Amino acid sequence: MSSKFQYLLRLGDNCLVLSQQLAAWCGHGPALEEDLALTNVALDLLGQARLWLSYAGEVEGRGRDEDALAYGRDGSGFRNLLLLEQPNGHYGDTMARQFLFDAWHQHLLAALSQSADMRIAEIAQKAAKEVRYHVERSAGLMIARGDGTEQSRTRMQAAVNKLWPYANEWFESDAVDAQCAAEGVAPAATSLAAPWHASVASVLAQATLVMPGYTGHQRGGKQGVHSEHLGHLLTSLQFVQRAYPGAQW
Amino acid sequence: MRHATRETVLAWLGEVMDPEVPAVSVVDLGIVRDVQWKDDARPDASAPSLVVTLTPTYSGCPATEVIAQSIREALQAHGVEQVDVRTQLSPAWTTDWMTPKGRDALRAYGIAPPALRAPGADGTQVIDMGALRPGRAVVPCPRCGSRKTRLLSQFGSTACKALYQCNDCLEPFDYFKPH
Repeated sequence: MSSKFQYLLRLGDNCLVLSQQLAAWCGHGPALEEDLALTNVALDLLGQARLWLSYAGEVEGRGRDEDALAYGRDGSGFRNLLLLEQPNGHYGDTMARQFLFDAWHQHLLAALSQSADMRIAEIAQKAAKEVRYHVERSAGLMIARGDGTEQSRTRMQAAVNKLWPYANEWFESDAVDAQCAAEGVAPAATSLAAPWHASVASVLAQATLVMPGYTGHQRGGKQGVHSEHLGHLLTSLQFVQRAYPGAQW
Repeated sequence: MRHATRETVLAWLGEVMDPEVPAVSVVDLGIVRDVQWKDDARPDASAPSLVVTLTPTYSGCPATEVIAQSIREALQAHGVEQVDVRTQLSPAWTTDWMTPKGRDALRAYGIAPPALRAPGADGTQVIDMGALRPGRAVVPCPRCGSRKTRLLSQFGSTACKALYQCNDCLEPFDYFKPH
């Protein structure tokens, strides 16, 4: 597998897995507005996943399209970050996960907009416009809930603390990241750490939340070593195509 | 047969409405980026192809495929045998490409048109993406024109809209988000 193919899988799988997670809130949001917002964000991410995975299939050159990649791979074939497969939990958990990701995603897409690979640059420029809106919303909710009641702040702080060990993996460079960075296809993974920390520190401060220090480190998603949660998520994502291969409507 | 001119084709496309905002045509929405006749677009084709280049609004907009199909059907109804609809991502679509006619049509339909993101010749207010934060943008009510309105929800009935309410006439209304 080429580095670019694997890198594109990471980009696409991040969007696909988070989209599927958010879609599970459809009809269960704490308010109609939240329900609409999460499903609209899910839709944006699904559109982005399609763009990345379509290109991944072309780069791979084995005839797999976006659907074959989304529905036909087992868990170990997925390259999404572990953070994104963590359970939805309560609404605060979902929003904390969203904010930590959005903050990274916007910096990543800004850098990818300058990629030496024109197709990647184009997709990133398109996606970046959507993600700016996502991060504004998730940051706003972090601040409203963090700087809210005693109970809402306690729960948001607990959510941030719980997810914090999963917010290192994206800065850890491996052979795939290094190769893509060397070719100018993607930024160095480590280069996003400082801007991400600055964004997160600013929002957590406004939210009156404490930014955790180093509290451990989970890794493996980018290489296909996942938590038990991904398999459960894939059973609902892939069920129809597994039971009725090639089914269309 | 002589090809229809670019202006004629655009006039035909001006009758193809966005399925989710049926007051505005695909041309006025700014998603038709190019129309061109190509003799060699399809080597096996008996007639020259009309290549229509579209750019999507939002990545996940479910209307994209319906729009492409509506365009094919409309052009075929005007006698164009071979229609080739292509997608172009870059430069990314912005609501600044919406035509003045499209903006007026939106307002008449009850949807507040998007503020311009780049300085515009018509003097419309210029805001940035952050303008959807409560209190940061003035979105005039498309029904009574009042500037006293408030954001109800950052997302509305479709990906491209937010939900507002007028404090004077009390009507809720959609706001086409600047993108």
